Amino acid sequence: MRMTVTEVEYVARLARLELTPAEKELFAGQMGAILGYVEKLKGLDTEGITPTSHAVPMENSFREDVAFSSISLENALANAPDRAGSFFAVPKVIE
Amino acid sequence: MKYQPVIGLEVHVQLLTDSKIFCGCSTKFGSEPNTQTCPVCLGLPGALPVLNKKVVEFAIKAGLSTNCSITQRSIFARKNYFYPDLPKGYQISQFENPICQRGWLDIAVDGGELKRIGITRIHMEEDAGKLVHGELSGSSDGSGVDLNRACTPLLEVVSEPDLRSSDEAVIYLKRLHQIVTWLGICDGNMEEGSFRCDANVSVMPVGSDTLGTRAEIKNINSFKFVKQAIEYEIQRQIDQIEDGGKVVQETRLFDPNSGTTRSMRSKEEAHDYRYFPDPDLVPLVISDEWVERSRQALPELPEQRRQRFMDELGLPLYDAEVLTANRALADYFEAGIAAYSNAKAVANWIMGEITRALNDSGTAIEACPITPGELAALLKLIDNGTISGKMAKIVFDEMWCSGKTPQAIVEDKGLVQLSDSNAIENIIDEIMAANAGQVNEYRGGKEKVFGFFVGQVMKASRGRANPSVVNELLLDKLRG
Repeated sequence: MRMTVTEVEYVARLARLELTPAEKELFAGQMGAILGYVEKLKGLDTEGITPTSHAVPMENSFREDVAFSSISLENALANAPDRAGSFFAVPKVIE
Repeated sequence: MKYQPVIGLEVHVQLLTDSKIFCGCSTKFGSEPNTQTCPVCLGLPGALPVLNKKVVEFAIKAGLSTNCSITQRSIFARKNYFYPDLPKGYQISQFENPICQRGWLDIAVDGGELKRIGITRIHMEEDAGKLVHGELSGSSDGSGVDLNRACTPLLEVVSEPDLRSSDEAVIYLKRLHQIVTWLGICDGNMEEGSFRCDANVSVMPVGSDTLGTRAEIKNINSFKFVKQAIEYEIQRQIDQIEDGGKVVQETRLFDPNSGTTRSMRSKEEAHDYRYFPDPDLVPLVISDEWVERSRQALPELPEQRRQRFMDELGLPLYDAEVLTANRALADYFEAGIAAYSNAKAVANWIMGEITRALNDSGTAIEACPITPGELAALLKLIDNGTISGKMAKIVFDEMWCSGKTPQAIVEDKGLVQLSDSNAIENIIDEIMAANAGQVNEYRGGKEKVFGFFVGQVMKASRGRANPSVVNELLLDKLRG
């Protein structure tokens, strides 16, 4: 089972990835193989089994509503490619 | 052709917690940008979100107060999209199995008739950061991102498309606003974005049962704008159809300056959110006991309280509505009647003088300089004849400005009402002697002159004479 190139392009756009024509061909095959593998699971009888939403059998992990001190402004912005004053600077976004 | 608008609202309610939904950063509004962040809300690799328990408690309260069922086992999901204010590239939200489902609110529409508006779901999610444009961001050719708000807890309350006019939408929204502020889970501040609304609007020919294509309007942050935005959008869609066009499903932005909506093209292609369960967060299981505990801890809700004010205190519907507009006002009223049992008198003063003074000075009822006990003391002074209702208003203004007790003001100003018959009789005698002409007119059958005498007596006593004693004695004496 192969993915179509159009499907690969769609997924790539959602993920903001730019692919070369050769990569699209390559991934169409590879992703198709992954989907084909997962498709096999459909053959299993899952009648009466609760869908798993988490790999660890745990529930209700909470923290209390207590504010702690945050990291410093300098640390928050340390990895930013660009900053403007106290802000992360990004290309102009106008709706 | 006649058209029927169909409207559903999605309301974002920012919760009044001290810390964010998945980390311990403060939720305080208005701090310096990016000073309330940590690896979790910055979306740094390896950081693990942990659910704030209070958010769950607030969500249960909201659900029970809007007649929802509380979902026993609910999970969080990732909603994937790219935007500069969303550091992780996904928003943690709920998709399948939200915490509250299938509720409703009754709203009073035309002529007080009740209409039931369905609530599809209420789910918990994190807010995004804030984008700043232009000069504020420190650079004119770019935008700035402030992540202080990122990861702030929100409830999204989604209504069924049961609303049929902009007025109904506003009434429903006000009702929801009243409930969440009453519960103390949201400060309700629409300007700061603590309570904001998106509207799904479509139109269909009257009599049809097939819904039209809807547009989603974003960025509505006042009750007035909700009405404006919906009305504009209804007309726009009708015009479009009448001109032979088609309404397209899209997201539109309301512009408060022009009162219009316009298409947000950039968001159109991003509607494939690829929701999946967030592996960082374990399922949330809410036991029946937990729900029951929350139910027991709920305050008396506005509707119940309004009914009680009518049934037990005999207040008219209008008064009961006004006094339950918010919880602080209702509490003030109840503290007042605890000290002075004439509920209608307390209601009148709160709806009259207190409300006027609060509005004039821009004060909230919580900060009212006159305590309910002091108001009650003032009303008692009227009751026992110490002061007249007219004098009470003067005392009231003085109480408001000086913070003194009514008793102290009455003493300081010598405002005590004159009820002593002898003293009043003396005044009347003097006035009759000085105005013999008018006395004869009255006795000659010109009864209108009576008002002149009342005025003279009140003037001579500098407004202190007890009006009912004055009336009684005057009548007596004039008749001779």
